[in-house]
Amino acid sequence: MTIAQEPAALNFECETGNYHTFCPISCVAWLYQKIEDSFFLVIGTKTCGYFLQNAMGVMIFAEPRYAMAELEEGDISAQLNDYEELKRLCEQIKRDRNPSVIVWIGTCTTEIIKMDLEGLAPKLEGEIGIPIVVARANGLDYAFTQGEDTVLAAMANRCPDKAPVAEAEKNERNAIQKLLNFGKKKEDVAQEESEYVDHPPLVLFGSLPDPVVTQLTLELKKQGIKVSGWLPAKRFTELPVLEEGYYVAGVNPFLSRTATTLMRRRKCKLIGAPFPIGPDGTRAWIEKICSVFGITPKGLEEREAQIWAGVEDYVKLIRGKSVFFMGDNLLEVSLARFLVRCGMTVQEVGIPYMDKRYQAAELAMLEQACHEMGVPLPTIVEKPDNYNQLQRIYELQPDLVITGMAHANPLEARGINTKWSVEFTFAQIHGFSNARDILELVTRPLRRNNNLKDLGWDKLVREEAKI
Amino acid sequence: MKLAYWMYAGPAHIGTLRVASSFKNVHAIMHAPLGDDYFNVMRSMLSRERDFTPVTASVVDRHVLARGSQEKVVDNITRKDAEEHPDLIVLTPTCTSSILQEDLQNFVERAQLEAKGDVMLADVNHYRVNELQAGDRTLQQIVQFYIEKARKKGELPTSKTEKPSVNIIGISTLGFHNNHDCTELKRLMADLGIEVNAVIPEGASVHELKNLPRAWFNLVPYRELGLMAANYLEAEFGTPCINITPMGVVETARCIRKIQEVINAQGANVDYEEYINEQTLYISQAAWFSRSIDCQNLTGKKAVVFGDNTHAAALTKILSREMGIHVVWAGTYCKYDADWFREEVKDYCDEVLITDDHGAIGDAIARVEPSAIFGTQMERHVGKRLDIPCGVIAAPIHVQNFPIGYKPFLGYEGTNQITDLIYNSFTLGMEDHLLEIFGGHDTKEVITKGISAESDLNWTKDGLAELNKIPGFVRGKVKRNTEKFARDRGFKDISAEVLYAAKEAVGA
Repeated sequence: MTIAQEPAALNFECETGNYHTFCPISCVAWLYQKIEDSFFLVIGTKTCGYFLQNAMGVMIFAEPRYAMAELEEGDISAQLNDYEELKRLCEQIKRDRNPSVIVWIGTCTTEIIKMDLEGLAPKLEGEIGIPIVVARANGLDYAFTQGEDTVLAAMANRCPDKAPVAEAEKNERNAIQKLLNFGKKKEDVAQEESEYVDHPPLVLFGSLPDPVVTQLTLELKKQGIKVSGWLPAKRFTELPVLEEGYYVAGVNPFLSRTATTLMRRRKCKLIGAPFPIGPDGTRAWIEKICSVFGITPKGLEEREAQIWAGVEDYVKLIRGKSVFFMGDNLLEVSLARFLVRCGMTVQEVGIPYMDKRYQAAELAMLEQACHEMGVPLPTIVEKPDNYNQLQRIYELQPDLVITGMAHANPLEARGINTKWSVEFTFAQIHGFSNARDILELVTRPLRRNNNLKDLGWDKLVREEAKI
Repeated sequence: MKLAYWMYAGPAHIGTLRVASSFKNVHAIMHAPLGDDYFNVMRSMLSRERDFTPVTASVVDRHVLARGSQEKVVDNITRKDAEEHPDLIVLTPTCTSSILQEDLQNFVERAQLEAKGDVMLADVNHYRVNELQAGDRTLQQIVQFYIEKARKKGELPTSKTEKPSVNIIGISTLGFHNNHDCTELKRLMADLGIEVNAVIPEGASVHELKNLPRAWFNLVPYRELGLMAANYLEAEFGTPCINITPMGVVETARCIRKIQEVINAQGANVDYEEYINEQTLYISQAAWFSRSIDCQNLTGKKAVVFGDNTHAAALTKILSREMGIHVVWAGTYCKYDADWFREEVKDYCDEVLITDDHGAIGDAIARVEPSAIFGTQMERHVGKRLDIPCGVIAAPIHVQNFPIGYKPFLGYEGTNQITDLIYNSFTLGMEDHLLEIFGGHDTKEVITKGISAESDLNWTKDGLAELNKIPGFVRGKVKRNTEKFARDRGFKDISAEVLYAAKEAVGA
């Protein structure tokens, strides 16, 4: 694993898959908040429930719109009828919460006992009158953020396939549009329509906090590009229309199944771009969308330069430093690319799963960034082995390790700076204006340790680093 | 199927992992899908462990589903054995692997042929036992394994220690204040002139286990963890087991008297009465506190208690017997051991509640409107919602319940800590009420005035009447919320209708 000479192209490796990450059912934590009229029912065991309860921390106390359908011994041995049991619970949910959609999250257990959720759902849906979307977000097949991917892929099939009646009304259906048009008169709206270039409808996919949705939508509006809809929308009832030939673009690197579904099932055209993470990524993302629609982007270069100038105080702290991604949330390639642009050397990019086609543009951009910044190309390690990675970390002594919480404290105790990777999935990191937030996270351990550096408290374990 | 989103006790494998990772140089390998190693995060975050949690997963993925684990589990065990040379590897089944019904025992036997350390399979059924029961069973299993191993090799010591000695059984990682309790118990034993023969599982090496029979008696401070191991030792070696939790002044004295009885029966000649008297009256402050006028003010105040068996029972007795507080109901989520709990608290509360449904607990709290709650983190949040103070006395717990400062619940220092906890919960509640009665904090007034002048709002007669029906301790809050609601919408008069509209708007 030592870098003998500078490799010319990215090097891909695959290890044992013995690594720590969150279970993909964790996606309910952010998706139930994003889709306001949804209810997520995780069909699993106590283990799943215990994970959610602990991973979601205080959110659990806010009467969340999710619950466990906890399987008991009778369910496992089929002494109880799956359909009847699910019907009973879903009726209770309907009575108590009256959601517009119930999302069933299939888990490892439902896979193993082969509970036919996809088969049961349409039948039950007909009976109780609430749409039931099935997503198999289990730890047998997926890691962490891929959970969102399975949910959105399932939702993509629920998007209406024809714009309902008049054009004006379609605008009304759209949450973002409504938000942007809020309080404006009809003629103003018409006026605004003319600000857009005439291009085929564009739908973006990926769940982001509403402020970020607004920011990215406005960013595209500046180029005359209209976002016709967003998967997911704020409400299930506001899912965007997807007609054959619509263009779609992803905002997150872990959405490859959703992209595939949109292309194959909904006959949409995918715009393969780097992801709008960091000012460089955001610019490349917009430029790629513009180029597809034959638009010459305006003012992006200045915009990017301006953002870089604004974060120089943070970039200064990490320039020339090294970073090691242990890998657990699939944001790694985009973050690595951004940090290379910030002047860091990336030693290793661990990643749970690498879709080279969906991430092609991002990978090319990482390679280009390394060449332009004159730093060695990192090895991309798919399905990493945490034990081996720790040996490499001890050897390489990176300035920063981006890792899960299981390793963070033990590494800190051994004098190695860490940043908890999960924060990147919950913080707002997309678009131009959130570049500072990424750097805020990345530099935090370095800034903290700058404050403590003279105290001589670097290594706080007795024996030499041993796992 | 059961609809649930909160559980008090975790799944079985958590109990096994807690016991295994409490030992020194014992590694646990979970037969589990990706993401089930969440235990490592909890241990690293909650108890701020400096060392890597000795738990890894032998990942169950699609291939395992199709073809079985085959060599994978064995390879993972032997690999870990070679990498870290643990004394013992505990193969831990999870809910997923228990449905796969692979012959894990066979994997263990095969791995044992190659591994230098010992290998065992944790014997727990995921669908029948919870975290606490599984932990208890795993500890017993490990103890038995090493006792039998030593016996086979003829290494089992036959004699007792020269001076009276004790095994403290049941201190574990992620246990509520366990490390502080352990220190306090060791101090107590030192005061009593008793040697600590072993503390298990926390910090113990499996090699020490063969020495367990040397102790004069076993002390099991917590009801949930250690009894099975202690009963096993009693059956094998006749070592008496003391399972009186020394929590609270009276119970601590009872525990010490029992120790006296047990060791005197084995030929020691000790009299601890003087020590108990001295500690109770002058060293611990708890007895003096119950006599002081502070505590007098608490007389007859209503409280509810909920938690695991050990802590809920002990707190109920302390509140009722030592402080004169009226415990309306006491409850436990240890349903499997409910009879014990009922028996312990029946004289100290009006009602006993046995459930693991947090909704039922919340309703029961709302129903009795106590002045203070003593419960888990879940009850703390119920308290927040109802504006009732809560002292956290049992797991499930958050990171703030792993204090760095010395905060035992057991022994004489424990009585001091518990007194503070109880008293602070009640006075905070009192303070809140006084503030409500006298019109709240200054800051609240300023905020109200800052938004708009007071005069533009008028409470109509029926509005005021409805407001007065609202219980005193939330009335101020309701009034503020309603006024804010009215101001936001430009209402001048606040009628009963507006009040209820406001209530609906905040989703109360």
